[in-house]
Amino acid sequence: MSLLVVEGLGIKFGGLHAVKDVGFTLKSGEIVSIIGPNGAGKTTLFNMISGIYLPLAGRVMLNGEDVTGMSPNRLAERGLSRTFQNLQIFQSMTVLENVMAGFHLQARGPVLSDMLGLPGSRRRSREAEAGARLLLERVGLERAAEREAGALSYGALKRLEIARALALRPKVLLLDEPAAGCNAVETEEIDHLIAAVAAEGVSILLVEHDMKMVMRISNHIVVLDYGEKIAEGDPATVSRDKRVIAAYLGAQATEAANADG
Amino acid sequence: MKLSAKQASLLVLAVLIVLSPFFFPSGYYFRVGSLLFVNGLAVVGIVILTGFAGQISLGHAGFVGIGAYACALAPAYLGLHPALSAVLGAVVSGATAYLVGRPILRLKGYYLAVASLGFGILVSMVLANEARWTGGPDGIKTPDLGLRGLLADMGLELTNPQFWYALSGLALLIGAWLALNLRDSPTGRALRALHGSEVAARTVGIDVAQAKLMAFVVSAVYASASGSLLALQNRFITPDVAGYMHSIELVTMAVLGGAGSVLGAIFGAGILTLLPQALTVFQNYEQIMLGLVMMLVMVFMRQGLLPSVLGLMRGRGE
Repeated sequence: MSLLVVEGLGIKFGGLHAVKDVGFTLKSGEIVSIIGPNGAGKTTLFNMISGIYLPLAGRVMLNGEDVTGMSPNRLAERGLSRTFQNLQIFQSMTVLENVMAGFHLQARGPVLSDMLGLPGSRRRSREAEAGARLLLERVGLERAAEREAGALSYGALKRLEIARALALRPKVLLLDEPAAGCNAVETEEIDHLIAAVAAEGVSILLVEHDMKMVMRISNHIVVLDYGEKIAEGDPATVSRDKRVIAAYLGAQATEAANADG
Repeated sequence: MKLSAKQASLLVLAVLIVLSPFFFPSGYYFRVGSLLFVNGLAVVGIVILTGFAGQISLGHAGFVGIGAYACALAPAYLGLHPALSAVLGAVVSGATAYLVGRPILRLKGYYLAVASLGFGILVSMVLANEARWTGGPDGIKTPDLGLRGLLADMGLELTNPQFWYALSGLALLIGAWLALNLRDSPTGRALRALHGSEVAARTVGIDVAQAKLMAFVVSAVYASASGSLLALQNRFITPDVAGYMHSIELVTMAVLGGAGSVLGAIFGAGILTLLPQALTVFQNYEQIMLGLVMMLVMVFMRQGLLPSVLGLMRGRGE
């Protein structure tokens, strides 16, 4: 059964279509990747699915429910969680607290109980802490737990965001360039982590520039160019698609030209 | 057993409150101390709003005014006991904060600053202009709390300044305890998370608008309690207490001492209450020195006085 169905999604910025008529489906435990040259609209698509942008057209169905334009916090309650391309870390909090904040939906309680430090409030915090420590272990950050998040390396922060997103026990996880800025070893670790999470039945929507990684772990690939879907299919099909090759080669040729200039 | 940071903060505060009187050169300092604690209480509210949740208010003296005038008006017109009047003031402040906060907390940064400033000015104007009820700019008397007499009957004789030093010290201690509990609770983490990144806070399920509103209401209740204590200990109150200068003073205290830290902000309240007394040696240049100190602290210790000093000490220790 399809957990996430995206139909005809579109949005305009300044009169121009940033994303136009994009649709695909995501099944339970499946890894679907969105690829395309820079500026193809991948992050914009993510922002519409996760409720940060309100789409101009189309709809998003999560678990059979129309969730188009629903706010991110309500989507979180329905099991959709995400990470960000440009890191969104809770800077002045510790690494552990960052992940504990991810347990908000399970840990939240009456403010009075929290201010009085009632046993219920302390228990909720303890449970969040225990869960957060397990997740930090899972992403290999357990030794950095007490450090201030802002002091971590870029690659470590990427993993911290994944741990925080996993704290919601999501059914659908959107990962926006989880391996960007990571070295080969870190990329492989993230690669294994994503596969393991998907194996637990979490559906993953991935935006990633590392093509080797995308080809290795994706069940299905959606290719965007200039905001429109130009191809989709399994990795083997997509990598042979002429339009995909043209879009990528075109982009690379332009980038090379820019670099020369 | 090792003390947690929270327990250590409370212990430091309690020890300072209890031991300071032994070093007071005169009874006058009980008065200075209780003023410091009353300001400190409002500043702890600012810590919750600004330090935790990252929202600025330049109108919190408005809530100080509501709390203060509740203790003058409710006994006079409703016949309420002064202590219950303070509770009523807190309820009115909380409800007002809820109504005012809903529209203005959608604003960010300096837009929010100006909107909240407007609210503070509004309250002080009402207090100054509705002279029939409030006594206008000349101020109004507040009744005796009656607790000191009660304590005297029970055999605990305190001078008036001593009594208010003890009561506002206790209030500050309770206020700090509540805020420190909040800081490391799920609600406190949600507030600090939205301070760090609103968009990420929303994606982990935090209702950002509701969380901000909650912080605004709680901080308004702190300000109100501070105003009530001030009105009851002075036995007299003027609309100046709700004026924008007082709002700015509260924010300055918090930021100077370290808005992210409860103890730091109280320290800031202490500095800004005591420094003018200490700087009297500079006579005419007192205000200039005060301004200079504030600028230097902000330029060189952006996190505020106490967190920066503690950070330096920790750095040396390692």
